[in-house]
Amino acid sequence: MPDVVVIGAGVVGAACAYYAARAGFDVTVVERGSVASGTTGAGEGNVLVSDKEPGPELDLAVLSNGLWRELAATHEAGGRAGESAFPAGFEFEAKGGLVVAETDEVRAALNALAAAQGLDHVVAGPDDLPGYEPHLAPGLAGGVFYPQDAQVQPMLAAALLLRYGAARFGHGKLTLRTGTAVTGFLRAGDRVTGVRTTAGDILAGAVVNAAGTWGGEVAALAGLELPILPRRGFILVTEPLPRPLIRHKVYTAAYVTNVASGSAGLETSAVVEGTPAGTVLIGASRERVGFDRTPSPPVLRRLAAQAIALFPALAATKVIRSYCGFRPYCPDHLPVIGPDPRAPGLHHACGHEGAGIGLAPATGHLIAQSLGGDRPDLDLAPFLPDRFAAERR
Amino acid sequence: MSGTPYDLAVVGGGPAGLAGAAAATRAGLRVALIDGGARLGGQYFRHPAEGLHAANPAGPHHGFARFTRLREGVSERAEVFTRHRVWSVERGEDGTVAVHCLVGDREERPRAITARRLLIATGAYDRSLPFPGWDLPGVLTAGGAQALLKGDLVTAGRRVVVAGTGPFLLPVGAGLAAAGARVLGVFEAAALPGVARRARLTPGKVAEAAGYALTLARHRTPFRGGHAVIAAHGGTELTHVTLAQVDADWHPLRTRVIACDTLAVGYGFVAQLDLPVQLGCATVPGADGDPVVAVDAGLRTSVPGVYAAGETTGVGGSELAEVEGLIAGRTAAADLGRAVAPAPALSARRDRLAAFAAALARAYPVRDGWMGWLRPDTLVCRCEEVPYARVVEARELGARDARAVKLLARPGMGWCQGRVCGHAVARLAGETPRPPRRPFAQPVRLGDLAASGAEPSDERNP
Repeated sequence: MPDVVVIGAGVVGAACAYYAARAGFDVTVVERGSVASGTTGAGEGNVLVSDKEPGPELDLAVLSNGLWRELAATHEAGGRAGESAFPAGFEFEAKGGLVVAETDEVRAALNALAAAQGLDHVVAGPDDLPGYEPHLAPGLAGGVFYPQDAQVQPMLAAALLLRYGAARFGHGKLTLRTGTAVTGFLRAGDRVTGVRTTAGDILAGAVVNAAGTWGGEVAALAGLELPILPRRGFILVTEPLPRPLIRHKVYTAAYVTNVASGSAGLETSAVVEGTPAGTVLIGASRERVGFDRTPSPPVLRRLAAQAIALFPALAATKVIRSYCGFRPYCPDHLPVIGPDPRAPGLHHACGHEGAGIGLAPATGHLIAQSLGGDRPDLDLAPFLPDRFAAERR
Repeated sequence: MSGTPYDLAVVGGGPAGLAGAAAATRAGLRVALIDGGARLGGQYFRHPAEGLHAANPAGPHHGFARFTRLREGVSERAEVFTRHRVWSVERGEDGTVAVHCLVGDREERPRAITARRLLIATGAYDRSLPFPGWDLPGVLTAGGAQALLKGDLVTAGRRVVVAGTGPFLLPVGAGLAAAGARVLGVFEAAALPGVARRARLTPGKVAEAAGYALTLARHRTPFRGGHAVIAAHGGTELTHVTLAQVDADWHPLRTRVIACDTLAVGYGFVAQLDLPVQLGCATVPGADGDPVVAVDAGLRTSVPGVYAAGETTGVGGSELAEVEGLIAGRTAAADLGRAVAPAPALSARRDRLAAFAAALARAYPVRDGWMGWLRPDTLVCRCEEVPYARVVEARELGARDARAVKLLARPGMGWCQGRVCGHAVARLAGETPRPPRRPFAQPVRLGDLAASGAEPSDERNP
């Protein structure tokens, strides 16, 4: 019997399992599909601090940013990924992020945000922008550069965190069971004592709901309400470029307001970056349309137009594919992290919207502390599931 | 979308698309027939350019005279758009379909053609399996070898081995031999007695097969069942292949080496589903397990106003494709309120040919033994240069299906978008292939994509 069952082998579930195993727990991860087969497999791999407004999510992002660096240094620095067929590991790149403003008004707002965030940053005037990104469109009002922003290959990050966790921590055992769907919870009174799965019952001391966009459905199996909704996003992928055209993660200031918006309607903003494979990834769109995967030509057109407005040279670059995913959206844009008082033994680690990759290590770390009865490094109050109940009262 | 839409846009100028356009124009529809090639005909009726001055442009074709009549009829009555490569189809709220094309080769430009109804007749492409050395120059698909022969009147090489599985190997071998190549053998991986038993050959098909066999015999080309090419060798280009006698699951029993400069290898065909999947058309597993478009007896897909005919509904050859095209064109006309007399004979013919095609597909399954031919360094995906070892490791990391293998190891993420490796990756991941999601059927410039919602009016329909 494992100490902890983690539901979901996305990047958040993998990080929960990794840190729980590091803390000495025996962990079993159950995943109904494949590793990284949900929203983790549909993202860009953002590890961002720049797009967070001051508050609990920024604190979480800063903690997580440091943990990503630590993970990369511990497991992958100097080609330590070694004998693997994936010698570059999860491709951690401390590339930095550049937020640009089209107008002076937006530039002033950006600068004010940067001052309030208290992060490492450099205010860039219009003349400084080409030094960061030579191919940026002329006429931009300026921007802010954030050296801490980084990128990982999210699918490999999830898969390799599970592997590193399994290989490294002799005292805690980490097991991954794919193709195993949770169908219900084992209960002793209110208490959650394990999960029912398509491959049999698993008793456990604690259960972590890391089912991402499907976290609400999992909570419902325990008779609990968790208001997590899918917020669809498309990404365009270009042909691999022979030479990198774009050095950093570059996005427009509108991205910050879109992220923070609660609208169900379509919102788009330009988010452009290169990858180690040579392709350019172009986002980002947000709309709440359920789980519809049919490609939406109007959205793809807007993403293309916005990317060209930022980098005119992209107009002649060919796009070869696009993909979509469903961000786990909570009404207040904060993830759900911590124990659920309505069902002792059940912890949630889901609802990270578009920031799950970046926030995964901190989430896993805090969950492991909470499981061990330690005082968490961050106050969990803003993330606790009770907050929704409080809103309704 | 402004401009006057056509009644029907037909994508694909092969047997199904031509027949569909012909039937629809006869019923009074205004039809746009769109094809990426320089000439109508598709893969089956691929033929040389006029400039090649072929003495006999029919070359190795059956029914070329029929095709010529069909093409001439369609060219008179329908608007034909050749060299129009479709990268996306889009269905508006009123049901009007915009077919987004790229026109021309070097100086390509975008163009949208709009229509009230859409017939998808995009055919099929070669199903490839990886094996050591398959990326060497000199190794080509059976379909590729046939296309070179039909389109350019060149034989693919001088000393040729033809291998794989399926009824297509015979015409490829016979065509190459008749054109002057030295065909060293046609090697069918399935055991021949089993094929004959399962395929329920009709007399006409027996005669066609016998004709090919006779051609091969005349050129002293052996035709062997239960044999497969399991490796290709050579430094910079193909010099020889390893031929294996294989058991019923395609595990090698005995091997020998054959010196050759060309290997044409084919494991059947995969329906080209990019456009129907873009529109959200339902798919079903075809007779060979690979997905095909689900259609009703009138060739309507699950999406209103969208029809599919030919290999997209199940790989079945040109005769079946042509019948399906005729039915689909008539259905589209009837659905638009034109008077169309019922034609039960067409439906009966379609049913008969489809049943035969399904039996044939079941007679030539791809057996799992090919996975044993792979070595750790054998490239599974050539675009992204993904070796088999990385696919194995992706599975060990927790990938249970093709999508997860792709996300971890990148097979299918490159230029061909998995058209070459998709079947193999799905099988290596332990599943039957699922319908491919390709929002862009062709790579398209971001600038053209951005402008595709509002092409200038002179780019609209005449």
